Amino acid sequence: MNVRRIVASLLTATLLLVPPKAAIPQGFAGLGSTADSFAIPRPGGRLAFPADHGPHPDFRIEWWYATANLQAEDGTAFGVQWTLFRSALAPRTDSGWLDPQIWMGHAAITTKDKHFVAERLARGGVGQAGVAAEPFFAWIDDWEMKGLPHSGANQLDKVSLHATGKDFSYTLELSATGPLVLQGDQGYSVKSAEGQASYYYSQPFYEVSGSVDIDGKTVRVRGKAWLDREWSSQPLAKDQTGWEWFSLHLNSGEKVMAFRLRDARGGYTSANWISPEGKPTPLPVGSLQITPVRIARVGNKDIPVAWRVQIPARGFDVTSRPLNDQAWMATTTPYWEGPVTFEGSAKGLGYLEMTGY
Amino acid sequence: MLWTAATALLSHWRRRPLQLATLVLGLSLATALWSGVQAINAEARASYARASSVLDQKELTQLVPRRGDSIPQGTYTKLRRAGWNVSPVIEGDHRIGNTRVRLIGIDPLTMPAKAGGFKTGDTSNLTAFMSQPGVLIVSQGTALKLKGHTQMQLQISPDMPDGAAFTDIGIAESVLKRRGELSRLLVAVEQRPDLPSLGTIAPEIARKEPGDRPDVAQLTDSFHLNLTAFGFLAFVVGLFIVYATVGLAFEQRRATFRTLRSLGLPLSSLTLLLVTELLVLAFVAGVVGVVIGYVVASLLLPDVAATLQGLYGASVPSSLSIRPSWWATGLAMAIAGTIVSSAESLWRVRSMPLLTAAQPRAWLRATTVGIRVQLAVGLLLLIMSGALATFGHGLMVGFAVLGCLLLGAALMLPGVLSACLAVLQKRSSRALVTWFWADTRQQLPGLSLALMALLLALAANVGVGTMVSSFRLTFIGWLDQRLAAELYVMARDESEASRLRAWLPARSTSVLPIWSVAGEVLGDRLEIFGAAADDPTYRDNWPLLSGTVDVWDRIAAGRGVLVNEQFWRRKALGIGTGLVLPGGWEVPIVGVYSDYGNPKGQVIVGIDALAAHYPHVSKLRYGVRVPPADAAGLKERLTSEFGLPAENVIDQTTLKRQSRAVFDRTFVVTGALNAFTLGVAGFAMFSSLLTLSGIRLPQLAPVWAMGIRRRDLALLEVLRTLALWLATFIAAVPVGLALAWVLLSIVNVEAFGWRLPMRIFPMDWLILAIVALAAAIVSIFVPLRRLATIAPSDLLRVFANER
Repeated sequence: MNVRRIVASLLTATLLLVPPKAAIPQGFAGLGSTADSFAIPRPGGRLAFPADHGPHPDFRIEWWYATANLQAEDGTAFGVQWTLFRSALAPRTDSGWLDPQIWMGHAAITTKDKHFVAERLARGGVGQAGVAAEPFFAWIDDWEMKGLPHSGANQLDKVSLHATGKDFSYTLELSATGPLVLQGDQGYSVKSAEGQASYYYSQPFYEVSGSVDIDGKTVRVRGKAWLDREWSSQPLAKDQTGWEWFSLHLNSGEKVMAFRLRDARGGYTSANWISPEGKPTPLPVGSLQITPVRIARVGNKDIPVAWRVQIPARGFDVTSRPLNDQAWMATTTPYWEGPVTFEGSAKGLGYLEMTGY
Repeated sequence: MLWTAATALLSHWRRRPLQLATLVLGLSLATALWSGVQAINAEARASYARASSVLDQKELTQLVPRRGDSIPQGTYTKLRRAGWNVSPVIEGDHRIGNTRVRLIGIDPLTMPAKAGGFKTGDTSNLTAFMSQPGVLIVSQGTALKLKGHTQMQLQISPDMPDGAAFTDIGIAESVLKRRGELSRLLVAVEQRPDLPSLGTIAPEIARKEPGDRPDVAQLTDSFHLNLTAFGFLAFVVGLFIVYATVGLAFEQRRATFRTLRSLGLPLSSLTLLLVTELLVLAFVAGVVGVVIGYVVASLLLPDVAATLQGLYGASVPSSLSIRPSWWATGLAMAIAGTIVSSAESLWRVRSMPLLTAAQPRAWLRATTVGIRVQLAVGLLLLIMSGALATFGHGLMVGFAVLGCLLLGAALMLPGVLSACLAVLQKRSSRALVTWFWADTRQQLPGLSLALMALLLALAANVGVGTMVSSFRLTFIGWLDQRLAAELYVMARDESEASRLRAWLPARSTSVLPIWSVAGEVLGDRLEIFGAAADDPTYRDNWPLLSGTVDVWDRIAAGRGVLVNEQFWRRKALGIGTGLVLPGGWEVPIVGVYSDYGNPKGQVIVGIDALAAHYPHVSKLRYGVRVPPADAAGLKERLTSEFGLPAENVIDQTTLKRQSRAVFDRTFVVTGALNAFTLGVAGFAMFSSLLTLSGIRLPQLAPVWAMGIRRRDLALLEVLRTLALWLATFIAAVPVGLALAWVLLSIVNVEAFGWRLPMRIFPMDWLILAIVALAAAIVSIFVPLRRLATIAPSDLLRVFANER
């Protein structure tokens, strides 16, 4: 047993640096149970930009989460993930090592038969990781998401994305073709029947170009990307154990964000239908149904990798299939995250994230 | 046939159980001391290695400052931002209650996988670890000492060495007051490809590759070498016993060998039987020896641990674990030793003429040629020893000098004794006296090994005893000089220290700050102390070995630096040499002072210069000068009026007592090993006399036949033994003194870096003489009783018998 592993086990056991997207169930060491002295999302709170692109240290957890569905010139498909999580031990900041703000970066590239993962941990206060709202700059070590000079008003309209791992790296440029989209009620996204919630907005309209580098071979790529911004302190109910979350780019230009939080009573679902112009229509609770179609053996777990996703109110009924069944993020907090394609009443591609398996 | 032969050979041991016991016990004792010492060494080395891998993360490449003692925090961030997978460490000494702890602040988030091997319990909680007041990961022993003295949560890890604690880097930074200053960076094995080079990002730091041996292992090398040398000496002495006993057993079985051979037992079968017998005996004795060795080591280890802690600050557990390496080597040593010491006897069996009468070879052994050759070789060795002492360098050379000296002296002993005896024989007029000297001389070859063993043991005793006593006397004199202040006071924090600085001057003659910073000078990590050089305390008392005339003026003005003897010797420095101190401050050396008991280098600068160059120096400790009569009163007022805890005020007497206690424990082990060696030598003498008495009947019978009574014969035997013992003892004294000189002037200088004046303690020799005399008398007791009570018929049979 070495220091690093001890620490890693401590991280999962007690601190839990944020599981992706929806947040932390109580099962993850009690962080989800109470917000303690942290701030709590309130309905009706208005988001303000660019300030809200930056960190909210008085909330317990937060992330800058980008996923991209890319294609090489020869048609080879790639999925790319770039995520920066912030997890606070206390609702304050400090300069130096005693800063309670902890940062975690996850980066991945998924191909048809390979999945590369890298993770970085850092604490705030020493400049190793952080986020600045204006000009926008999010970084951990040498990984960056950086606002690029452009004509538009929004800091996130044009960003560059860079990460490296032991045997991969990528450098991408993301240009938004649509506006930011507020999820839930003006950015207030409810996560359970008891009212747990987060602040949540997205930029689903990125066009991407750049290069990915795998095992020393560089490939030019183009495609679509989706950025999620979310922060909260106590986003899950006690009995919620994990979730499935979809971000879907429809060939029609429409976007769908849909998730189900699993609990003992059949789960809590939520979906947002986004028009090609960026107008969101949050759908009522229960509008979404998801059903596993195929289970794959991933490591020593059985994971439903293919899903039937239905939103009857919109006549939406598709089956999503992963690019690679084995898109397992073997990070401090492990989860499944990978690119998918879907067919049925609509066609397109997107990303699926599954936690708690 | 083989079986019959085997039983015939083995029946010898049944008839002579004492001889068997001597053989087994002699070999066991030799093996015991050897393997005991090895066990101690193995335990200590394992603990250094563990401490080093856990605490210093020695398996990893590290980045260390090129100058000074810290890396700016910004450098770390720069490296991380450039893609370097490095992890910061802030470490330093921290006092909690009365316990000094090496605090190692780590960043659990970036700590590389190979960084160490300690476990935390399940209760650990990263939030607690990374937040105030923090968590200390410590050993069980350290936890007991710290309990109740700190608010930090104590978490016990079985892999932590004593006296050290892991904590979060943020906690360490604030506790050690090293804001923004990192001690070193660990470089993870996994790095991304195409990293920018270190030189372009951070030229201020240097790479230190993994695999360096732990510092403490290097420091303690000499100590372990000392132990090993002792163990080996005892082993060699033990082999003399084996040699003597095996020789006797073969001697007495010559008739049996001849009979067996005449009955048709092939030489190869006989040799095989004898070799098997020896190997079995060696194995049994080896096992017994290893067991005794384990016991010896367990008894000695607490003292060794205390010594290592006191002398080097090295933490070694005081309980022993069984390691296959040492018991295997112990057994191997026993078997190899037996083979070496019986080779001669075995060879003689092979070359024994089949049909010649089975004459005991006691006569044959009395060759003067052998003694002359020995004398020559011994002289050569002594000359070599002298040459090495004059021209050689290094610790190994020091031990070679010792080895040549001891071996040379031992080899020369029989020759010298023989010459003396020849003179005595010539000068005596009475027939009986002449016979006495001649017969003693005749016996010399048979006894010479035992006498050589005795000489070695006695010389080692005189030498080591002289060294220890010289050291002690010097050390105590030095303590008196060095601990000149009447009281030593330590404030708990800076604000208390500044109150103390205001409070003390009105109530004392003078207040001497004892401030220090750690830093790297000439590649060594050492302490840099400040001295209030204007104070007469330093000018009158400080033990300078050499220095410029105005040394204290130059120190006071910040224009000079003092170095301690060990640093001065190790780096071959000279007065006037410039020294670059951390931060690039260069000052000339103006003096050298003795600094016994400290393994590390040390540097003293003027107190003002220290404070000016290192503003963050911890200003907590002070020496206070008061008239001695007022010391107790001031101590009382410091606790009652000023409010310092009693343990933070130490008076000179207590401090000296503590220092002496540490010193005395240091040499407990040496003393114990010394006694063991003497015991083994006594036993060697006993077994040799036993051997001789068995084969001396033919020499005594004619004397008896001429009318000397058995009682008088016995008395003469006692006198003979005493004469030989006395001669050996007299020879041992100069050899011992030479040994002490080598230890003090060569080995100590190489091993510890200090040279000590030699003092002579004849009273110690007297005690040794009495002990050795007792051993000699005991050793002669059994043969003597045999002689005094021998039946006249046995003596007569010498004439009747074929031989």
